[in-house]
Amino acid sequence: MTEDGQGPAVPKHGAVVGVAERRSRPVGPDTVALRSRARRRRADATVWVLSSAALLLVVVPVVWILVSVVGKALAHWDWRVLTTTTVGSQGGLSNAIVGSAVIVAVVLLVGGTIGVGAGVYLAEYGGPRRSSLLRGASEVLSGVPSIVLGYVGYTALVVAFHWGFSLAAAAIVLTILVLPYIVKATEIALAQVPTSYREGATALGFSSGRVLRTAVLRPAIPGIATGLIVAVAIALGETAPLLYTAGWSDSMPTAHLLHAPIGYLPYAVWTFYQEPSAAAHALSHDAAFLLILLIVALIVLSRVVVARSQRYAPGRAQRHRRRRRAGPAAAPSTSGPGASVAPRPR
Amino acid sequence: MPVASLGTLAPLGTRPTPATSGEQGASPVEVPAAVVTGSGDGTSAGGAPSTGGPAVPGGGSGGAGSGGSSGGGASGDGRSGGVGRGRRSSGRRFDLAERWTRPVLAVCALVPLLALVAVVTALLVKAWPVIAYNGFGFFTHVAWRPGSQYAQPVVTGGVAHPPGASFGALPLIAGTVESSFIALVLAVPIAIGTALVVVEKLPPRLSGAIGLCLEVLAGVPSVVIGLWGALALGPFLSHHVSPFIAGHVPDVPVLRFLKGSPGYGEGLFTSGVVLAVMILPIIAATTRDLLRQVPRDAVDGAVALGMTEAEALRAVTLPWVRTGIVGASVLGLGRALGETMAVAMVSGAVLGAVPHNLYQTMTTIAATIVSQLDSAFTDATGFFLRTLAEAGLVLVVITLLVNVGARMLVRRVASTALPVGRGI
Repeated sequence: MTEDGQGPAVPKHGAVVGVAERRSRPVGPDTVALRSRARRRRADATVWVLSSAALLLVVVPVVWILVSVVGKALAHWDWRVLTTTTVGSQGGLSNAIVGSAVIVAVVLLVGGTIGVGAGVYLAEYGGPRRSSLLRGASEVLSGVPSIVLGYVGYTALVVAFHWGFSLAAAAIVLTILVLPYIVKATEIALAQVPTSYREGATALGFSSGRVLRTAVLRPAIPGIATGLIVAVAIALGETAPLLYTAGWSDSMPTAHLLHAPIGYLPYAVWTFYQEPSAAAHALSHDAAFLLILLIVALIVLSRVVVARSQRYAPGRAQRHRRRRRAGPAAAPSTSGPGASVAPRPR
Repeated sequence: MPVASLGTLAPLGTRPTPATSGEQGASPVEVPAAVVTGSGDGTSAGGAPSTGGPAVPGGGSGGAGSGGSSGGGASGDGRSGGVGRGRRSSGRRFDLAERWTRPVLAVCALVPLLALVAVVTALLVKAWPVIAYNGFGFFTHVAWRPGSQYAQPVVTGGVAHPPGASFGALPLIAGTVESSFIALVLAVPIAIGTALVVVEKLPPRLSGAIGLCLEVLAGVPSVVIGLWGALALGPFLSHHVSPFIAGHVPDVPVLRFLKGSPGYGEGLFTSGVVLAVMILPIIAATTRDLLRQVPRDAVDGAVALGMTEAEALRAVTLPWVRTGIVGASVLGLGRALGETMAVAMVSGAVLGAVPHNLYQTMTTIAATIVSQLDSAFTDATGFFLRTLAEAGLVLVVITLLVNVGARMLVRRVASTALPVGRGI
């Protein structure tokens, strides 16, 4: 019964295509049906074997990258890299580390302020038409290749404005680069705050600014924070826009915004790997290792933020519990649009 | 004071009597504070001052924050007008903020648009004089001759340039498109397969681990991936993979491109693979999120009708997410087209030659700009620099078309927003 019932019954259903239809021709009794079922099962297995192979092809490069870079760095690791400055193409990386930190801090400050503000405007204030125009511009900006931003930063800020290689030029270019990510993350985080929060606060007589500050922005903090973390990760790793705006400096960053080149980690990776000496190669690997370390730390941090926000959010906690009771079979549908920026919970 | 509890317990819709309106001033703080405590992070919970409000009336209105001490006195006296005054005065304090919030935020929202316009304008202004000079031949011929920097500049058609200068961007454009195409061909099936296994087969813990892998892959800076490509992947490919492919591919017109000397690990093939690795996380993560939104019932129904899982996949799941996958792939393509550092490190950066087989060295627009910008500034006439601007403009046009296309494609079926750019 089950053996016959499977094949012929299927084609009646409209949504079903291909494989099943082909078998809708009248077939002999058991033998043919069995053979086709074996074939179908084989096809099924093939799909999953190929998919698992694909999964392997994702995992292998990740492990390979981590192992090859980290292994090369650890083979000659010396703690003095963290405390001494670069001399020519050897020495340490402390100037690059501090320089990267300074650049990222400025970008976070400027880009974070503008980006969160823009996100709030798009989510709360802008009308549909104006918002979609501004949102579109932000998304298009995210598609502009980073080297083009670097080129414009070089020709406009460094040369035409006579700023020279400087923190200001680097920070402006990087801010433009990461803005779309912050804007998007903020907008999505605000969109996920339930409307009832706004309505409740408004009904209680709050002014609109107060509603925004207390009832809307605070629940959105984890989402915004994740966006900022993404922005930091990008700012930390970008090379192309910085090469011609920040320049490079062997000494520690100064307090000058203009006319003072500044060191940063990706430069060390890119430049020193091209030089012939072993010391330069070692520095290149060390810088790459440090970058990977920082990126992993940022990813962990963003996961902590998400986990915390889920533990404390009442609505989400309930959903969480319900899902767990339903077991792993019930696919978590919490993804929503926020999943694109905020890492998945599990 | 009984009104205190009434003020906190009264449902939102109830009209306050005059006697309780004094507490009504305190209650607005009460409810949102609870909201914040419940939903925000742990730090904000301690900071909300009004949690002790309902127990002590004075504390309750004092914690109102807006009312300040005068509000506390008012509610203690039961004078409803006092709270009103307190709130009005606080309103004046926030008046400035209220009035300026919107315009300031609007200016913030304008920044991306202004930045975009500024970037494109700067490129156009820089490139404009040489667009006419380079003409259409810029896209069709193969040349990369900056000309003689030491000779007297020549003026042709109003454009000063060193004698002998001639640029053709065909190799750059061809290299950009070819390497991105290879990346797409490699990455899309792998990403879809990964997403399928993650969503359909893996237990949550393992799929979380894979998610972490994708995040790390998306987060690793391109210059580090380039380092890996140059030091580890390139040599591996040229020793083990390229000879195998070159040796087993039949010598027929199109596939002949795959035959040839395997080279030394720098070139089109390595660039394509590196780019594939870089765009994998975008496509895989988006596909995974899309797959998770496919209604379980439809798939279960198909399986209940006797389909194998793979058949249900083809008949139900994939049609459901097809447009989204195409959009994510095109977005990945956009990233591959604009990728600079990794390609510059593994392409061989050969100017003025179109690769004739998969293993030859090549260059892309982005890699050329990053490697040539230095030497471009030695050209006193600025011709080289302007030509790079034109190349950059071509790159911007290509990537923007691809990006906008991807977003429009997905927005038509939008239930998931596409990730921005790198899509971590």
